[in-house]
Amino acid sequence: MTADIVAWLAQDGITNGAIYALLALALLLVFAVTRVIFVPQGEFIAYAALSLALMESGRVPGTVYILLGGGALAAAMEIARAVREHALSRLPRILALYVLLPVVIAAIVWWAVPRKLDQWLQILLVLAMVVPLGPIMYRIAYQPLASASVLVLFIVSMAVHYVLMGLSLVFFGGEGLRSRPFSDAHFKVGMLDVSAQSLWVVFASMVLIGALWLLFERSIYGKALRATAVNRIGARLVGIPANLMGQLSFLLASFIGAVSGILISPITTIYYDTGFIIGLKGFIGAILGGMASYPLAAAGALAVGLLESFSSFWASAYKESIVFTLIIPVLAWLSLRSRHVEEEDE
Amino acid sequence: MSASLEVRELSVAYGKVEALHRASLRVSDGSIVTVIGPNGAGKTTLLGALMGLLRYSGRADYAGVDLGDVPVEARVARGLCLVPERRELFGELTVEDNLRLGAFQRYRRADPTIGADIAGVYERFPRLRERRGQLAGTLSGGERQMLALGRALMAKPRLLLLDEPSLGLAPRFVREILHIIADLRKTGVSILLVEQNARAALQIADYGYVIEAGEIVLEGEARQLAENPRVIESYLGGGSGA
Amino acid sequence: MTGGRVSGGRVSAPRVALGLFLVFLVAAPFVLSEFYVTLMNYIGLAALVTLGLVLLTGVAGLMSFGQQAFVGIGAYTTAVLTTTYALSPWLGLAAGLVLTGLAALGIGAITVRLSGHYLPISTIAWGIALYFVFGNLEILGRYNGLQGVPPVTIAGWTVGSGRNSYVLIWIATLVSLIAARNLLDSRSGRAVRALRFRGTMAESFGVDTARLKLVVFVYAALLAALSGWLYAHFLRFVSPGPFNVNAGIEYLFMAVVGGASSVWGAVVGASVLTMLKEWLKDLLPALFEQSGNYEVIVFGVLMVALLHRTREGLMPAFARLVPVARREAWPAEAAPLARRERPQPGEPLLEVRGAHRQFGGLVAVSHLSFEMKSGEILGLIGPNGAGKSTMFNLVTGVLRADGGEILFRGERIERRAAREIARRGVARTFQHVNLVGAMPVLENVAIGAHLRGRHGTIASVLRLDRAEETVLRAEAARQVERVGLGGQLHDAAGSLPLGQQRLVEIARALAADPVLLLLDEPAAGLRYREKQSLARLLRELRDEGLSILLVEHDMDFVMGLVDRLVVMDFGEKLAEGKPQDVQRNPAVIEAYLGGLE
Repeated sequence: MTADIVAWLAQDGITNGAIYALLALALLLVFAVTRVIFVPQGEFIAYAALSLALMESGRVPGTVYILLGGGALAAAMEIARAVREHALSRLPRILALYVLLPVVIAAIVWWAVPRKLDQWLQILLVLAMVVPLGPIMYRIAYQPLASASVLVLFIVSMAVHYVLMGLSLVFFGGEGLRSRPFSDAHFKVGMLDVSAQSLWVVFASMVLIGALWLLFERSIYGKALRATAVNRIGARLVGIPANLMGQLSFLLASFIGAVSGILISPITTIYYDTGFIIGLKGFIGAILGGMASYPLAAAGALAVGLLESFSSFWASAYKESIVFTLIIPVLAWLSLRSRHVEEEDE
Repeated sequence: MSASLEVRELSVAYGKVEALHRASLRVSDGSIVTVIGPNGAGKTTLLGALMGLLRYSGRADYAGVDLGDVPVEARVARGLCLVPERRELFGELTVEDNLRLGAFQRYRRADPTIGADIAGVYERFPRLRERRGQLAGTLSGGERQMLALGRALMAKPRLLLLDEPSLGLAPRFVREILHIIADLRKTGVSILLVEQNARAALQIADYGYVIEAGEIVLEGEARQLAENPRVIESYLGGGSGA
Repeated sequence: MTGGRVSGGRVSAPRVALGLFLVFLVAAPFVLSEFYVTLMNYIGLAALVTLGLVLLTGVAGLMSFGQQAFVGIGAYTTAVLTTTYALSPWLGLAAGLVLTGLAALGIGAITVRLSGHYLPISTIAWGIALYFVFGNLEILGRYNGLQGVPPVTIAGWTVGSGRNSYVLIWIATLVSLIAARNLLDSRSGRAVRALRFRGTMAESFGVDTARLKLVVFVYAALLAALSGWLYAHFLRFVSPGPFNVNAGIEYLFMAVVGGASSVWGAVVGASVLTMLKEWLKDLLPALFEQSGNYEVIVFGVLMVALLHRTREGLMPAFARLVPVARREAWPAEAAPLARRERPQPGEPLLEVRGAHRQFGGLVAVSHLSFEMKSGEILGLIGPNGAGKSTMFNLVTGVLRADGGEILFRGERIERRAAREIARRGVARTFQHVNLVGAMPVLENVAIGAHLRGRHGTIASVLRLDRAEETVLRAEAARQVERVGLGGQLHDAAGSLPLGQQRLVEIARALAADPVLLLLDEPAAGLRYREKQSLARLLRELRDEGLSILLVEHDMDFVMGLVDRLVVMDFGEKLAEGKPQDVQRNPAVIEAYLGGLE
């Protein structure tokens, strides 16, 4: 193995690692706030990447139908609750949020697709389609189970992953797609050939991580999210609504997932089911970091990216096996260190 | 006097086990009412139900309105506030952020007086001002209790539910905290005080209830309760002379 | 069955249901079409794997998404041995079970200790890793798989057709179901049922929970491997497809749908989901023109909807339809168990020297020392939060001391595990009642006698443990009666009032035949009369030579009962002595009764 191969593999690993780091942060956030192990995170990646690729080829992505359908279902559930609780004054807000907003987004997409807008506008539209799916998903699948055990929530996550993956096949089909790179430029840094797209990925990840940090440190909603994560009961007692925090964390997770998908789609061919494996690698990064610390999770994710890139060089067929086996000794080490906390009886 | 809180036949069950059985009690506006009784009698359960953390049967009216299935956050918004036995602070956040989050509902309403109220809490608890940048998890037992009280005050409560505020505090601190509680009444806050330190509780309360094995077995003016032989024997340590 | 007489001698509804099911199983291959027989085969194969998950996830609380990997090992082992090496399928079965057992031991030794969500995540991870290994190994035929797996022959009878396989598959499934039921209804089974929420308690009565979890994990893996072997010889072809993560998810869904805490739930879940999948495969393409994996979507939606309605799955709902006959009979009389030799009264029993423990910055027990002699009742009192329960946990090994020594009958125990301390004759109750709520009082108490039996998993599966089981249950019943709950013997422990649950805790501790009994607030939640009878019981026990260390709040109760008192405050010893002296101690009055002025 020559030095430039090492450099090339490292670049590849860091680029993927940056994406995994973003996903790891989102997974950690969702878990800390809602105790949901967020398996469907991967679907946001696939939805965003495939939507972007479809829009570029002048087709209306099926995401709009998922958005409209999901919004309608969430609205139905909210309305049913409002009727049950005799709180019909909530109706306008429910309709605006879950029906009107999706309809407006869908209308803009329909209008925009044949006009082949600038790539940046298309990216914005993709975000507008995919990001609301997070809170909608929380409302439909998780909110009614907010008090359930981690294990029940995990099974729900698996079921939601199933549904979204199935929808993905229906709306995007079985073929893999790739979107146009943001830039075709390449730089020579010493002997290393750096693609501008890789730089974009790393740069965008860093900006996003910085923005998250600001949110948690500076805004009352960010602090409320952290408060919910460190002490759920305390958060309820000061009047932080658990459902709002759940939706907020899912919103951030779907945003991060969608951005990851947009960043990765010019580099990797994305299939309807690729998201799951990518999301899992973000997960392994989070676990390598101990499922508790954000910086460690990011470092763990970077390590996964590098490991994957180098093992694909030595034993390409076993790349996935190596990455996924790695987790076991780390988990063992973690569990030896941490005290066992018994799950409470329901 | 009108009732801040009116509880009628409140029952709470964990699964099939009833922890609270048809408890009825009343907190008049601007008064301190205490509920005393041994561990496991159902005191914490009562507060949990009133705060909306536990499902209950029966009825609880707050400021004349049935609380029904009003969620916790809406109760906080209406001025009902619980300082739990375990304090439930945000250990990884600073003292000041803990206070700020106490006013979360007011932030949502864009209440402009939050800053002034933080200053007010610091005035009441100067020690918290010294530790404003420190993480709440590093505080001592007494400071935690001050922060828990301070955080609750940030919600501008009209009825405070206090669960064992003297728990785990050195006697000197117990006195301090109880004085502060007695002081709060002057600002118009009604207080429902749950205590195992019956002597101290009865000293600052106007009215008291004794709860045993999930049922209210005795009630009366605090002063009379303190002289009740049964209470003296069970909770005040007969003839200890303190 | 031990004392398992059904009330009134009538045939009970569950037996009718079971009988009908067996009649259906016998009749099925004669009346059903080839298609449905094949479907039944798939149900049996899935039920085997799901049964393992019911034990692992539903009962022991260890969630796994990786069972399909063990099915794969079982299937691939026999496929390679019977095709490439032309060996007998029976050798394939043996090798598959051994290989799976070893793999499960290796993976399990690391992963079953993982707490909470780490375990399911790691099962997904090794599930995926093994899937890619199956798909990439040359010897396993890569993604093409292995063709031409021969059928099984039993004494010259070739299990070639689907109908023949049906017989083999369902015999295996039924035997496994009965074995699983036997396991749960035994000494090991009680311990397994305590694993999920009551691990600390089980350790305190001598159960090696880590080892037991591993046993259940291997057991579930072997059931999966058996299913894999049957699958390979029924289908005669093995490829990686059926062993990917989705299969693992489906097995777990089956367990959840069936109701993960019931052995028969495995059959219910496997049947419902297998048939549903088949039905959706037929129905959905007719509804939608586009190609797509619609059944996956419907599947997921149904799953979420089901969990929204019931978190316990379908089996409890079925069980409600069929009234259950309760086992009301008193356990059969049996010779009493051998009892431990007890120290002479007045002998030094427990010595605590400078015990210290802190949590983060909070000192819970601060260099505390006290002694206890055999045959005395020692009260440990102090305000809430004074460190009494922490002290209890240090003595019983639930927590480890940061410093100091703890001696029991002259032997240092402060570094020993809870179950080793239990073995030496220390039994305890818990401040927060620590019972298996769904289990009857009798069986909860029988957990206390865990160390007085010796039969393990294999003996209980084969029902070789019945004589011992009779003795253990009789002993448990005696202790239940002793604390005055004879009338509630068969009630679920969780349905009793809190005060009575505390008495069950005491009965369980007594069933361990302790030398030293530690009671953490036994009188909390009891009414006046109940307190009096508890005090009477404790005095009786002392007179029989038992030593009792008691944490209690109710001063009345304590003062009349104990021989000596140790008063704690802020983790330190404030006073020690006879009750009347302690009561007059000004420091105690200040701390404990603490006035305002």
